[in-house]
Amino acid sequence: MRYHPHTPEEIREMLSAVGANSLDDLFRSIPAQLRLKRPLAVAPAQDEIALFADMRRLADRNEVAHPPFIGAGAYPHHVPPVVDQLLLRGEFFTAYTPYQPEVSQGTLQALFEWQTYVCLLTGMEVANASMYDGASATAEAALMATRLTGRRKIAVSDAVHPEYRRVLATYLASTGDELVLIPHADDGRTDLAALGRAVDASTAAVILGYPNFFGVVEDVAQTAALAKQAGALTVTVTTEAVALGLLRGPGELGADVAVGTFQSFGNPLQFGGPAPGFFATREANIRQMPGRVCGATVDKEGRRGFVLTLSTREQHIRREKATSNICTNAGLCALASTIHLALLGRRGLADLARLNFDRARHLRAAMQRAGFAPVFSAPAFNEMAFEVGDPEAVVARLAKKGLAAGVPLARWYGADPKVKGALLCVATELHSPELIELFAREVRG
Amino acid sequence: MSNPTGWKPSMEQAAGAQAGPRPDVGAGGATRGIAYEEKLLFERGSAGERCGVSLPRPSGDFDPARELPAELLRGEIGELPAVSELEVVRHFTRLSAWNHGIDTGFYPLGSCTMKYNPKSSEALARLPGFANAHPLLPEEMAQGSLALMYELERALTEISGFAATTLAPAAGAQGELAGVMMIRAWHVARGNARRKVLIPDTAHGTNPATSALNGYEVVQLASGPDGRLHPETVRAAMGEDVAAIMITNPNTLGVFESHIAEIAEIVHAKGGLVYGDGANLNALLGVARPGDMGFDVMQFNLHKTFATPHGGGGPGSGPVAVSEELVPFLPLPIVVKEGAGYRLVTDPAERPQSIGRVREFHGNFGMFVRALALIREYGPEGLAATGRLAVLNANYVRAKLKDVYDLPYETDSLHEVVFTDKNLKPTGVTTMDVAKRLIDHGFHPPTVYFPLVVHGALMIEPTETETKETLDRFIEGMRQVAEQARRDPEGVKAAPRNPVRARLDETRAARKPVLRWRPGMQVG
Repeated sequence: MRYHPHTPEEIREMLSAVGANSLDDLFRSIPAQLRLKRPLAVAPAQDEIALFADMRRLADRNEVAHPPFIGAGAYPHHVPPVVDQLLLRGEFFTAYTPYQPEVSQGTLQALFEWQTYVCLLTGMEVANASMYDGASATAEAALMATRLTGRRKIAVSDAVHPEYRRVLATYLASTGDELVLIPHADDGRTDLAALGRAVDASTAAVILGYPNFFGVVEDVAQTAALAKQAGALTVTVTTEAVALGLLRGPGELGADVAVGTFQSFGNPLQFGGPAPGFFATREANIRQMPGRVCGATVDKEGRRGFVLTLSTREQHIRREKATSNICTNAGLCALASTIHLALLGRRGLADLARLNFDRARHLRAAMQRAGFAPVFSAPAFNEMAFEVGDPEAVVARLAKKGLAAGVPLARWYGADPKVKGALLCVATELHSPELIELFAREVRG
Repeated sequence: MSNPTGWKPSMEQAAGAQAGPRPDVGAGGATRGIAYEEKLLFERGSAGERCGVSLPRPSGDFDPARELPAELLRGEIGELPAVSELEVVRHFTRLSAWNHGIDTGFYPLGSCTMKYNPKSSEALARLPGFANAHPLLPEEMAQGSLALMYELERALTEISGFAATTLAPAAGAQGELAGVMMIRAWHVARGNARRKVLIPDTAHGTNPATSALNGYEVVQLASGPDGRLHPETVRAAMGEDVAAIMITNPNTLGVFESHIAEIAEIVHAKGGLVYGDGANLNALLGVARPGDMGFDVMQFNLHKTFATPHGGGGPGSGPVAVSEELVPFLPLPIVVKEGAGYRLVTDPAERPQSIGRVREFHGNFGMFVRALALIREYGPEGLAATGRLAVLNANYVRAKLKDVYDLPYETDSLHEVVFTDKNLKPTGVTTMDVAKRLIDHGFHPPTVYFPLVVHGALMIEPTETETKETLDRFIEGMRQVAEQARRDPEGVKAAPRNPVRARLDETRAARKPVLRWRPGMQVG
């Protein structure tokens, strides 16, 4: 076993130093009746060659020849090889939470850069060192809002990612906070009239997608004004962060908290995880923020350096009074995003966002030529729903050809007759105009 | 020894001639390496045209200004740096050199199980079939991912001795959250969520934080003089208002909670459930199973026990195993096998008692690939050897250091050992000083000042992947630090000598938080 370096001779020497006769002697503190008396029933050990052959066979059972036309919270993007090659530096990926800043300045400075990128893209003042994912970041934002306002009602737009909403409901089931669902209007945006009726003096936060689950760009400014009037916080959820290269940051539009995922920057799809959740807010809220935070300070010689800070909010210090129970986050995924954003730079980010906007218009034009109209009239970024009649049939038919067609909205919005025939599709820099043409033809069949 | 560069060995004065033939080399092989100062990316004054990516040009005549309101559009974000690919590569390569990882050297950070992260696992997770699979692919296009998840779920269930496992939670603490939510849901289904959760004083901070997040009041239980939780303590605190007890076994002192079966009986008799924090599962691999000890639910930390990379703070992966009674409450999704194929259960109608979802999609799949690869490479014998060798390594360190460092508990250690700085007290050298001086020797410090029940704790977890030679060097380093503390305490307190930064001002960081770069930022 290559990961167990001990020779039999060393084991004997070490046992003798310890004063034990056998390895099993080391476990005398475990009562005999609690010990396992048989080998574990797992598959027999494999050598590296057999392991790779088997795992390749498994991986090949996934059909990924073409970039999927599915977004819906996880976006197919090009990850420059530089990202992964830097990520694979063992000094980064085999380190842990930087508890000892002297031997962790690399991780810490990269986290400080991540926090800065998150702030610059979202237009917020502060950000934390990452969250598990966008969904739990959304739940944490709701909980922070209840702490800050002392109120118990969360109003969430039904055009927020449905899985995020389910995570939110799971978290709030334990705290007893109330969750109110705000419907979407016919154009795909949150129904602001309905929101206005639902928001009152007991509302802690209003949560909406930016862009939302339908790919539609919400009116954050007006929502924030409405929430502010009632003394509630506005939380935006961004699942497709490339949009922030084209659209103004939610912080600039009046949002108080911006959460979501930066998966689109530097993180492959990986069947949905891991990816870096982000959490950004106003400076005034920092002592109620969840999660690790990296800050700048000086060392004993006056040199600038970085440390984890504001840890009196955290579980390892505050225990049951902590702002969250989060410990491990998604540090390496945040590093991947940071490297990708560094590569993109000022111009590259704007270009990438513009390119995504462009490809989605190719998709819209091709779908329209094939006879499929967009379902929503409000402006979108790179994701749109099209009226295709029987979307489940389209998905099944295209799957046979190795094309992942998009997702039928009726899976989550069965009650809304308007989306019965809606297929939600994305186009990014990975979808060439030729592939898009082919796709539209295949949808038509 | 010739010294053509005129470079002065950094540890010469400190260690003196007694430290061996090369006083400039620490016991762990540390010297002063190639080191660079590296500014923040945002401080590079570079031309705005520079770019490190290669992208196609937009090919259509589609102007965002025609579709989106002007007030929503942003131009380039002026503060973003514009740098070339090579500059990015050097920046992060240099930053990486400021880190100590497992790949750099010994990393005995107690309770974090910093074992070697196999390179094979990294390669396997990057197979295009896994890396490029969208989580919402039609199931027939994702059978490989689903088969892998099913196999991992079965393996974890067998290893832990429970009935079923959810893979969804993103990390250990989220696993705890899911676990306590299931406990709560189980009680609610019986008509009463109950009010309290019992937690021993040796527990990780995540346990009380998780309980509070679930609306439970935390009752802390004192561990006994042997570092164990005793049945009478539990009996005295247990009542019909207690939903559960959360126990880490072995606990954070590295001590096996030998009374676990009796404690479980006491809690079960009053209608409570027993939560197992699986953070220290490495000690038990192939030796004993929490599911056989009376635990009802337990979270794994794949980044600890199954060697998925810690990544500078994550991602983790925190699957949760449960007993038969709790299966209906498992979060979604769940992978099931139907005939030759696999399917994801995502519809709450199929699992009406499920607590719901704890994260988007299906969990940290990338970590599942790595963990299953390790389990497959180990097989039953390898898993059994893992627990045994991890415990051997910890006990070897304990045996070789207990004459120098105070051992607060004589009780048998399993995978980790906790010492204190008590013996160094007359010298004025503290646990923090020892930790910082170990850096000079080339070792990552152990976990310090935890568990909280031990004053000045130094918690050492070597893991099974370390050689005897490495342990011997670490033992030598620890002994040298103790010896130096007596001879030259100021030398120890001045450590670390040559890191890129030393003894950072954490008070200042918290008082005047600077959490992001801004133009013209001045710190120090």
